[in-house]
Amino acid sequence: MTDVSDDQRVLEVAGLHRAFGSVQAVHDVSFCLARGGSLGIVGESGSGKTTTARIIVGLERADSGRVLVRGRDRSAAAGRGRGARLERAREVQMVFQDPFLSLDPRVTVGSVLRETLRLHVPEAKADHDRRVEELLDQVGLGAREAGAMPRQLSGGQRQRVAIARALAVEPAVLVLDEAVAALDVSVQAQILNLLADIRQDTGIGYLFITHDLGVVRCVTEDVVVMRHGRIVESGRTAEVLADPQHAYTRLLLDSVPRPGWNPKAIAVARRAL
Amino acid sequence: MTTALVRRPGLARVRTNRPLLYLLCLGFLGVVVLLALLAPWLSPHDPNAVDLGNALAGPSAAHPLGADGSGRDTASRLITGARTSLLGPLGVVAFSTVAGVVVGVAAGWRGGWLDSVLSRTTELVFAFPGLLLAILIVSIYGEGLIAPVVALGVAYLPYVSRLTRSLVLAERERPYVEAYQVQGHSAVQICLRHVLPNIAPVVLAQSTINFGYALIDLAGLSFLGLGVPALTPDWGRMVFDGESAIQAGYPLSAILPCVAIVLTVVAFNVVGERWADQVARRDR
Amino acid sequence: MTNTLEIDGLRLHLPGAARPVLAGIDLTVGARETVALVGESGSGKSLTSRSVLRLLPPGATTEGRVAVQGQDVLTMDAKQLRQLRTHTAAMIFQDPRAAINPLRRIGDFLTESLRLNADTPAQQADERAVRMLDAVGLGERVLRQYPGQLSGGMLQRVMIASALMGDPALILADEPTTALDVTTQAEVVGLLDDLRERFGTGLLFVTHDLGLAAAISDRVYVMYAGRIAETGPAEALFDRPRHPYTAALLRSTPRLDAPQGRLAAIKGQPPSLKEELTGCPFAARCPFATQACAEELPPHRPVPGEPDRLVACHHSDQLADQLAGSAAHD
Repeated sequence: MTDVSDDQRVLEVAGLHRAFGSVQAVHDVSFCLARGGSLGIVGESGSGKTTTARIIVGLERADSGRVLVRGRDRSAAAGRGRGARLERAREVQMVFQDPFLSLDPRVTVGSVLRETLRLHVPEAKADHDRRVEELLDQVGLGAREAGAMPRQLSGGQRQRVAIARALAVEPAVLVLDEAVAALDVSVQAQILNLLADIRQDTGIGYLFITHDLGVVRCVTEDVVVMRHGRIVESGRTAEVLADPQHAYTRLLLDSVPRPGWNPKAIAVARRAL
Repeated sequence: MTTALVRRPGLARVRTNRPLLYLLCLGFLGVVVLLALLAPWLSPHDPNAVDLGNALAGPSAAHPLGADGSGRDTASRLITGARTSLLGPLGVVAFSTVAGVVVGVAAGWRGGWLDSVLSRTTELVFAFPGLLLAILIVSIYGEGLIAPVVALGVAYLPYVSRLTRSLVLAERERPYVEAYQVQGHSAVQICLRHVLPNIAPVVLAQSTINFGYALIDLAGLSFLGLGVPALTPDWGRMVFDGESAIQAGYPLSAILPCVAIVLTVVAFNVVGERWADQVARRDR
Repeated sequence: MTNTLEIDGLRLHLPGAARPVLAGIDLTVGARETVALVGESGSGKSLTSRSVLRLLPPGATTEGRVAVQGQDVLTMDAKQLRQLRTHTAAMIFQDPRAAINPLRRIGDFLTESLRLNADTPAQQADERAVRMLDAVGLGERVLRQYPGQLSGGMLQRVMIASALMGDPALILADEPTTALDVTTQAEVVGLLDDLRERFGTGLLFVTHDLGLAAAISDRVYVMYAGRIAETGPAEALFDRPRHPYTAALLRSTPRLDAPQGRLAAIKGQPPSLKEELTGCPFAARCPFATQACAEELPPHRPVPGEPDRLVACHHSDQLADQLAGSAAHD
């Protein structure tokens, strides 16, 4: 992992542990994300990557370890009140995998955004309509979509709405949990480009949870490879992908289908690991 | 949606995939409700006007559906009786729906010990027959509409609360609920603004079906002479009053309220089930 | 030699759709051949493979011919159809957990169709089940286990074993590895390839993953909006795409061997079923589209010098260098 000086870290995760019964889902996971940076967490199902993300967002609690955003401990029992809740929301936001399930089917796109704005910016009521327009514009949607119900939108459009909803809070870190996995290739590329633009414009930090090494390569600067709840390798994305040090990282890389691909050798390597 | 509505065995066989049947039932219910609302203007006679000279009279121009053993006009009593017969179940359903939803949401959302306490308590109520509970309460507090309505409301609460609980459990698993949590919305806000409206159609469908059952149960109580005061026109009471007429070989004044009860209950069932089906189809 | 699967001019209409969902599909799978059918969601690739078993959505009407080993599936009676599904062609679904009854033992699941549809004695069916489980690398023990006790990868092996139970001539695999991890995917794909070789079946592999299609298949069909956009040998098609859609799809995939930075996304979205299409279905999103593209439907034409390739694009020949260049370059 690259050395990031303390004041440049927007997110720092230290010594996270989480067990479900006898299964150690997350075991001593530590990493940090630079301000405006993009970090990928790669792993297969059961690697603990999603649990890690959920702990960071606050949907899951860690048995031990700390999550700091801008140097402030999120897990601190500081507040259960409204103020603390909103403060936590402004630190980290999340985009979920399935755009068909992450929006309330009964609420229009405009209302989704207005609802969030009303919660976080209750004073400036007059400005909400303009802000909704801005947010939709930022994710490439127009006034026509603002009045639409989620079911009238395509998967890509819904994922844009989910991104706009997360941005409405103006968080420091955006966690993207397999956020493009359910999309078609041509739409996926649009969303990945959109995310790159947003990061450039706003300086938001990304935590990309994915199983797809192609996506990691495309949108992250640093990467963490997880297996069975532990980090097996981490470093600059380009270096890790070009010269993997851990056998599991190599296996993951070899498993990506390409012409001249040899699935049987991969199966052998997998069993050997 | 995998959650099945609770239906009684005999009525579960009434299939509702025919739109014509649904429309007929909906129309029938509309007519019954209209009759109940406009009863004072529609009744050809005073439903309680006794005319012993006319006792057990057959249908005639003055009394289109005949008269009962005391010479009261059957048509008027049917129309006016629709009021009590519908008002009682309405009370039962309103009480059981509101209380059941509160209990179900609390149990499903909060989980843990609260869920255990609430679920076990409602199961206890479930185990106790509603009709028996109502008879008990009526025998303590005397006749009147309030006591049996409250008793049946409590007895029907578990149907609604169990359904609500399972719906809430399924709904809170949906990522959109987590998305709102991450956004900083409070649990109460998420429940009221998003979870409840999403599960409401199914709960209302169940309540519609419950309406029919409450109607049967209240009519049964009236038939037993419990519940509705003697002189109030009520379908169940009319069946009870008509017993002697049947023995006299003149069954019309007892059969007609029976028919009204059965048709109304079936209609509520068909409509409720159809609504549930529509919700299920929309969800897919 | 006849082809294992031959689809000629298959058109499929659905009630409520403004245009045919499948608008004239021609496709063949030879014996022992692996053919990939690639497309995005809504392109009709899954419907095409399902129509081979006549698993059609309610209200669907079809035209054309779908022949498995010379027999037309679309005109079969119920008994022939059962015979086809039990013995001649088998399907592997995307999500094995959804396709296997969780309350029945694996053994029951494997032998059920043989016992019920082919009157095979139970013992014989059991023996075959053991042999097939062995072929997919699972032990006899699995017979008595329940789906909940197996991992996703193991369940997909069970699906494959069940597909092989009736000794089919054709296996239809509909995104069989999409729900699996990448390392498990490699294993399942390797297994499928092995078994195809060993049992001499044809394999129609439906996928959205171009890389996977290129890696495993002999020939590829690229579908867009209910039509075949382009077809040819896998290697040639990916090295030198002749249809702008294929080229654009290749460039928008985040690959490990492409340069970092922005992807070349395809603008817009695939046409919805509610809109009618005139001309080339890709015209609205195509950077090379001309007036002719919007007005006239491009026919499938052979690629000069490459006899086994067909492409449906008016400008394919003029664009050849541009398309191939961009694909190789990026």
